[in-house]
Amino acid sequence: MAVKKGGKAAEMADEETPVPLQAILLADSFAQKFRPITLERPKVLLPLINIPMIDYTLEWLASAGVEEVFVFCCAHAKQITNYLANSTWQTQPNFKVLPIESHDCVSVGEALRLIDQRNVVRGDFVLVSGDTVSNMSLKEVLQEHKERRKSDKLAVMTMVVKRSQSSPSTHQTRLGNDELLLAIDPLTKELLCYDDGSSNNLKRTRQVAVDKALYLNKPSICLCTDLQDCFIDICSPEVLFLFTDNFDYQHLRRDFVKGLLSDEISGNKIFTYEIYGEYAARVDNLRSYDSVSKDIIHRWTYPIVPDIRFAGNNVGLKIERCNVYRENGVLLPRSARIGPSTVLGEGTSVEENCVFSNSVIGRNCVIGRNVIIEGSYVWNNVTIHDNVVIQSAIICDGCVVKAGTRVEPGAVLSFNVVIGQNFSVPSYSKISLIAQPTEEDSSDEELEYVEAASSTTESPQKVIEVGQEYSNASGLGLNVEDPSQAIVWEESEVGASGAGFRWLMKDASQEDEWRYSVAPIPAEKIIEMRLKEEQDDLDDADQDAGVSAGVEEEEEEVDAVRKKRDFEKEAEETLRRLFLEGVPESNVILEVKALRLGFNAESSDCAAACFKSIINLALEEPFSKDSELFGIARTLFSKWKSILEHYLTNEDDQVEVLLKFEEICLEASGKAFAPIFCHVLRVLYDQEIISEDAILSWASEKQDAEEGDKVFLRQCEAFIKWLEEASEEEDDD
Amino acid sequence: MAPAVPELQVAINDFVLQLQRRQVEGSLDSAKLTVLLLRQVVSQHRASHSGQASALIEAVKNVGVRLIAASPIELAIGNIVRRVLHIIREEEVSVTNSTEAEVGAGFESDDNDNNDNDNDSPPGLSAALLAAANRSALRGPSLYNLLESGSMPSAAVVPLSSGGDSEDRSRSCEKNSKGWKLKHAVIEGINELLEDINNNHAQIAEQALEHIHQDEVILTLGHSRTLLQFLCEAKKKRSFQVFIAEGAPRYQGHTLAKELADLNLQTTLITDSAVFAMISRVDMVIIGAHAVMANGGVIAPTGLHMVALAARRHAVPFVVLAGMYKLCPLYPHNPYVLVNEMKSPSQILEFEDMSEYVEAALGGPAMHATNPTFDYIPPELVSLFITDMGGHNPSYIYRLVAEYYSPEDYSLE
Repeated sequence: MAVKKGGKAAEMADEETPVPLQAILLADSFAQKFRPITLERPKVLLPLINIPMIDYTLEWLASAGVEEVFVFCCAHAKQITNYLANSTWQTQPNFKVLPIESHDCVSVGEALRLIDQRNVVRGDFVLVSGDTVSNMSLKEVLQEHKERRKSDKLAVMTMVVKRSQSSPSTHQTRLGNDELLLAIDPLTKELLCYDDGSSNNLKRTRQVAVDKALYLNKPSICLCTDLQDCFIDICSPEVLFLFTDNFDYQHLRRDFVKGLLSDEISGNKIFTYEIYGEYAARVDNLRSYDSVSKDIIHRWTYPIVPDIRFAGNNVGLKIERCNVYRENGVLLPRSARIGPSTVLGEGTSVEENCVFSNSVIGRNCVIGRNVIIEGSYVWNNVTIHDNVVIQSAIICDGCVVKAGTRVEPGAVLSFNVVIGQNFSVPSYSKISLIAQPTEEDSSDEELEYVEAASSTTESPQKVIEVGQEYSNASGLGLNVEDPSQAIVWEESEVGASGAGFRWLMKDASQEDEWRYSVAPIPAEKIIEMRLKEEQDDLDDADQDAGVSAGVEEEEEEVDAVRKKRDFEKEAEETLRRLFLEGVPESNVILEVKALRLGFNAESSDCAAACFKSIINLALEEPFSKDSELFGIARTLFSKWKSILEHYLTNEDDQVEVLLKFEEICLEASGKAFAPIFCHVLRVLYDQEIISEDAILSWASEKQDAEEGDKVFLRQCEAFIKWLEEASEEEDDD
Repeated sequence: MAPAVPELQVAINDFVLQLQRRQVEGSLDSAKLTVLLLRQVVSQHRASHSGQASALIEAVKNVGVRLIAASPIELAIGNIVRRVLHIIREEEVSVTNSTEAEVGAGFESDDNDNNDNDNDSPPGLSAALLAAANRSALRGPSLYNLLESGSMPSAAVVPLSSGGDSEDRSRSCEKNSKGWKLKHAVIEGINELLEDINNNHAQIAEQALEHIHQDEVILTLGHSRTLLQFLCEAKKKRSFQVFIAEGAPRYQGHTLAKELADLNLQTTLITDSAVFAMISRVDMVIIGAHAVMANGGVIAPTGLHMVALAARRHAVPFVVLAGMYKLCPLYPHNPYVLVNEMKSPSQILEFEDMSEYVEAALGGPAMHATNPTFDYIPPELVSLFITDMGGHNPSYIYRLVAEYYSPEDYSLE
């Protein structure tokens, strides 16, 4: 039978554009934040709501109109290429996924240099990593980039940013990154400065150096801390050349972006593009794994959500009330309580009285009675026995958690780990069948567990095999001393008849473990951070009451206060040395002058420092009675009178010194002077260091002060009265 | 099933992807594209020699199931698939009848020729005929069937005696005339369906003057192309006022308000929450629907259930405009009919504002935002449906369903 060829078919046929939109997808993060899981499976193939991460990225790229994607694989390259070869991506029209394999790249820089050598990129391309989840449309940003390129050939890159506030107490974004500080030209959206806090980690007062030259042509610069880097870059081919030219560029942000911004000669520019209402985030660490999973469950990534089919997600999944997603073929008893925001994978069976909430449970899991799972990620083929409690943990494929066990927040159980009965997996612990490699520990850390050290010499693959053999032969006691049995699992690590090594974190990273874990930040940490911050605020307030909100101003004022204090200290030291050495006063003045210029200080500061050092000198002399101290002070004042006079040229400075004197007397070190305050004042007056007017204006200033501050005023009441009368008399004359 | 032509496969995949990515949205667009795709499926179908109709049904079903799974929320896709299946079944009956007539009239030799060439075994043919006869016997007595049954044989005979048939026979005698006829008739039927869909706005708008009177106040919510054309048509003869509720969070009401203002129609934009306050001044509520269920219930943009209740409270007529392609033969209580889709909360709430609250509680944000796309309006609240086949009561919808769909196709699995 002849077939009538429909003319309509041509309509739907491929449309070849001259330059297809290309993307480079880095299927290797060149980081170790997902260890030990990533030792066995590459990060991009880890399931995010039961679908490998790379599928989210590819789906987004495909729906955004990208036609060719170069998937750069390095670690576990075989696994990734196999996955891609068997996936539906190969059959999609107008979408080509081309893997590029390499085995010796250790950084983004090397990867891009290799891609440049292959000469496959023909035009502007999108640079993303394989763990990006987004639903943004690339049309606008590409157009903006292209138009900018027409007028300015040096605009090589457009960086996508999204507004997202970091938590005020921890200075950490919800994705687990540190607060990002960007300087942007608000008119052109040019990026001027990029500081991700990698250099000066966790310091509250961060310093940013913005080149003065930048201000020359720009009316304003916008400093933003509420922007989140989406790690989606629209790049021109020049970016690859730049990487090739600068062979020392390794990290995309730390080296390339910073290098480009500081390089004034080539003048290449980076621009930003802010997205509104669209979603873009990168699964960079375990905390962002948690956040992004929740965002997907809460449908921020629509239409890339579990209940809508996309390549790699072809099993029927239905959404129910409160964001409960259930795949076909889940066995669920009536008594099981499935809380909000939970995903249940296909073929999973659940026994009576289980309580799940805010969790993702993978496919073909077997879950026993009375199991409580909260905020956790249970991957595929996991067996959980009765009465297990799992909180905010990641349980990888094939794990077995035996009855009565507790898995505390932040724990990570890597592939095929077995946890024995009634065991408690401590918080933030990481357990894997593969022992921790020794290179990591080599630095300065001592190995506490001999097992871990001995088994690292074997290949990881063998370790697994042996481990499985061992767990199969679970009838044997743990303490069997069999030389062929290479591995004996430590009962204190995984419980009786468990299997796995506990990974030890380095001291520093252990402290920070809560930052990058799937568990929510513990309350005590938040309180701790908040207290610390309040303390910092108080300190700031002490230094300078008028700390202003603006980042730059704040910086300046803090700076000024610090400088003043430094100068005082320095000047005191210098004067003390000079006084003791008995240097001629002209030399003293010269030295102080040099200091003063160095610190850009005022003459009143010099006077105060000078005064303080005289007082200190007086205090150093031995004395038993106040009168003795007074005598010492009097001689010292008369000796160094000329220097003091040199700085006390006007009345204001003299009042300043009086106030300083008062301050000294209140301090613990100068307490001895408190009783003789009036007498010293008299000496100062007699020596004509401080004028009558200055004393009177000091007195009138103090008149309005609080009662506590008037101690010295009252002490000098008689003296002041006498002075007043004297001046009146003078006036009368 | 016959292997599909690669070109066709590409087209199907492409459409499935577009649906999955929600790049095709709205019942009209998805219905039109589905019709076009199914026409392609039918026209490129290479039938096995026996049971042409059942093979065609199978092919359409297979594609249909994929399309429905790609975007279950677009009920119009399922409707169109079922309509096409219905057309095939109807045509099969008519072609069978006509073949029987042919056989009776002594075209035996011709049939035998074909059978020899195509290795079509007579038992197979008779089995297919038997099955078709059984099906037609099983079908309930619908108004359409009763009216059509008289004219059917004659209608089927007309193309038979027309020049086209003889022409074809002279062109190639290898063709299975029965199979070819069926396919031809089905494609004709699909073209008619496409025309109906294309004309449905105009057909509905024609009735506008019967419903909208001088100086009336009309209230609506959100945006609907059907409604726009309906009001346009009424505007030509009558002057009236329109209140538009903006339809948060998509605010398509704003678009409609602009479009109506361009037509010089007196338009007032109100918030969704002001509907109840305004309803007492309103003479009629007219809305466009996303889908009409078999029980007369309506699936329409969020907020319309509330409007329907307000209208009922003040005894204001609640009129629903819907092309026949929106008529869904399923009931809303059916668990396999997904009546809603949750969109991204970003339409309601800025993610930036939300991000502060995300780390609040153990394992999940303290604040949620849900953004459902549709409301279900029960049939009791609907006063009248205006379709391209005239006005109907909600209680009459099940009859319309019986006319346009075959009960075998209600479930496609």
